[in-house]
Amino acid sequence: MESAWSSRGTSLGSSDPQLQRFMEAEVQKQRVQLLIHHMTELCWEKCMDKPGPRLDGRAELCLVNCVERFIDTSQFILNRLEQTQKARPLFSERLSD
Amino acid sequence: MDSGFGSDFGGTGGGKLDPGAIMEQVKVQIAVANAQELLQRMTDKCFRKCIGKPGGSLDNSEQKCIAMCMDRYMDAWNTVSRAYNSRLQRERANM
Repeated sequence: MESAWSSRGTSLGSSDPQLQRFMEAEVQKQRVQLLIHHMTELCWEKCMDKPGPRLDGRAELCLVNCVERFIDTSQFILNRLEQTQKARPLFSERLSD
Repeated sequence: MDSGFGSDFGGTGGGKLDPGAIMEQVKVQIAVANAQELLQRMTDKCFRKCIGKPGGSLDNSEQKCIAMCMDRYMDAWNTVSRAYNSRLQRERANM
């Protein structure tokens, strides 16, 4: 869906710069939404033992920490991969390119 | 979603495309897709949490559990969204 969506946006945007910018913004928003869905699933498994009548403070703090640590983990993995890539290339192209 | 989107555009063939109408349509399609994502994941999570050995029907305790699970999953989604957006803003402020 991603590539089809992007190519559709591109073909539409070629005639209207406003539409092009709009499509790019919507695609980016959708990426964020999917990431939030993914994190909610992961953090639900880690933080929600037995669903009760309300979201207790401990579970809420766990969810917030879970999101923060997920992002920290992503950044750590990317940084380490880039460092390793410099010392001992595993991929034919640089990740950041 | 994609095919529906395509056919909508096909329907306007011949006439000039109205960017405003297209934008509105795209927003609605994305909102529907987002709601469907949430519903699918919530259904899966709550089924796993609340249903042990599936019986002949959903009994009272299963229904109560599912109701609470749905509410808590929505709470979790809201908390995750706020935490993520808050993090993004902090990262931007530090740039």
